[in-house]
Amino acid sequence: MKQLRQPRRETAAAGVRRWGNTALALLILAVMLFPVYWMVSTALQPHSSIASVDLIPTSPSFDNFRAALDTQGGSLVTSLVVALGAVVVCLALAAPAAYGLAQFGLRGGRGIVFGTLITQMVPGIVVANALYSAYAELGLVNSYLGLILADASLGLPFAIVLLRAFMVSIPSEVVEAAMVDGANRFTAFVRIVLPMSRNALITSGLFAFLFAWADFIFALTLNTTDDVKPVTLGIYQFIGAHVSDWGAVMATAVLSAIPAAILLVVAQKYIAAGIAGGSIK
Amino acid sequence: MSADTSQRARRGAGRRRLYQWLFVLPALLYLVAFFGYPLVRNVLMSFQEFTPTTYFTGESPFNGLENWRAVFDNPLLGDAFWQTILFTVGSLVGQFTIGLALAVFFSRRFHLSGVIRAVLLLPWLVPMVVSAVVWRRIMDEDHGVLNSFLELVGLSADGVPWLSSPSVALLSAILVNIWIGIPFNMVILYGGLQEIPKELYEAAALDGAGPWRTFRSVTLPMLRPVVTVVLVLGFMSTIKILDLILALTGGGPADSTQTLGTLTYQLSFMQLDFGQGAVVGNVLILISAVFALLYLRVNRSDVGRGR
Repeated sequence: MKQLRQPRRETAAAGVRRWGNTALALLILAVMLFPVYWMVSTALQPHSSIASVDLIPTSPSFDNFRAALDTQGGSLVTSLVVALGAVVVCLALAAPAAYGLAQFGLRGGRGIVFGTLITQMVPGIVVANALYSAYAELGLVNSYLGLILADASLGLPFAIVLLRAFMVSIPSEVVEAAMVDGANRFTAFVRIVLPMSRNALITSGLFAFLFAWADFIFALTLNTTDDVKPVTLGIYQFIGAHVSDWGAVMATAVLSAIPAAILLVVAQKYIAAGIAGGSIK
Repeated sequence: MSADTSQRARRGAGRRRLYQWLFVLPALLYLVAFFGYPLVRNVLMSFQEFTPTTYFTGESPFNGLENWRAVFDNPLLGDAFWQTILFTVGSLVGQFTIGLALAVFFSRRFHLSGVIRAVLLLPWLVPMVVSAVVWRRIMDEDHGVLNSFLELVGLSADGVPWLSSPSVALLSAILVNIWIGIPFNMVILYGGLQEIPKELYEAAALDGAGPWRTFRSVTLPMLRPVVTVVLVLGFMSTIKILDLILALTGGGPADSTQTLGTLTYQLSFMQLDFGQGAVVGNVLILISAVFALLYLRVNRSDVGRGR
């Protein structure tokens, strides 16, 4: 009897402790996410002069969002086009390369993998410094293509490393079997390897999107006009002049944070896997 | 096997190799164009006269060490150097300590821990410029909610000049960057903690080790490889940060938050002296390279110690 009762009492105590931990975790969350809350809250309060922002929006309105969409709607579309373009470039280059580096045992392959890791140390501003003059000569300044190509560099090393780590574990027999049936290596790659790597492709694609969406340095340096203006640049120009309408700035900020929020909800497991996998392996 | 067929076989193998390289080549060319070329070009540019005139005449003559002399005579370089180091080290220490504490805390089993951990990622996923703009509003000296809060709880009556005083602004930038970096540190360290075999903790408990002792003798040593990765990646991303500072303080007030990154930007894209900008960029690369070499040395001696 004694032995039976004791574990149960322990579970009760553990239960209390668990909820205590949950409460503490929620407190941590509240402190850490306060800036995000503040961004949304300010955006919901119309005509808020700089001095008067309520802690809780008592009469929320979407006026600021309407204003933000009016002035920054085009920038949001630009960001979307550029980020999607960067994802396409990134995956089109990374997937075959990762497969080659994982499966072919190429001479110098390890050096390339190492070099890929090293590229992550190169500061964006150094790349921009040289790219600007090259772009000027090639006529790529103020162009979508130019920005897409530059932004793809933010996700490519990460994608190669992540995909390679995954593709190492694909048994070569699977591909060879397909090739016996008459497929060449490239069709086998497209039909067999790519579908098998679906999750890794989604993860690297998501990160390539987030990196390109968040890009600011290339947007700032490789554009001299407003022809190609992603939303990060739009926000920066907003605060460049003396800010009078923080509500609209914050509404734009909220809009530009939406992809992150969506991905966090929809693709949470890929995100966590990406941060851990892409960095350690 | 006749000489003919072996030759043909060799040629076949050669062709196969070539075909295999075609998989890697596009990415390789891209990496060379977008990382290799800029590195080389920056070195060349640092010895060239690359000023607004260049854009009219199209000429960028070599001018020896002139850019280097100008940059090293510029008192801003020294300031930017130390501020870069302070910003990087301060950010890393803060991000890592708090990230580790959170990782350990979330390793306990409790309700909603997975969901809360996931939502905590948000600050890291939001574009850095956006975070900076929000914090700029929060840290406003007169109307920011941070000072209102400090006043409310009685910590400071007359408002901290977070971003408007040269003696505080760098610290403020570090605080914001710590906030941004915590989730990343937490996720990787949490992953590392999960890989530590449970038996080690059971053994430690049998030996009568308390929580602190267990942490020092089991957790930390087992976590070491992950700690190295987190710190190296953190260093690599922190030392090149530019967007955060540009949007938060613009390098000011009185250049107190100027780093090597912002200085490169200012020289190249504001003063349009790309040659001098390249010099500062090279200094930045050099610091990263020194660190990379140190890391490789440490890692090699790690391997040498035998596993």
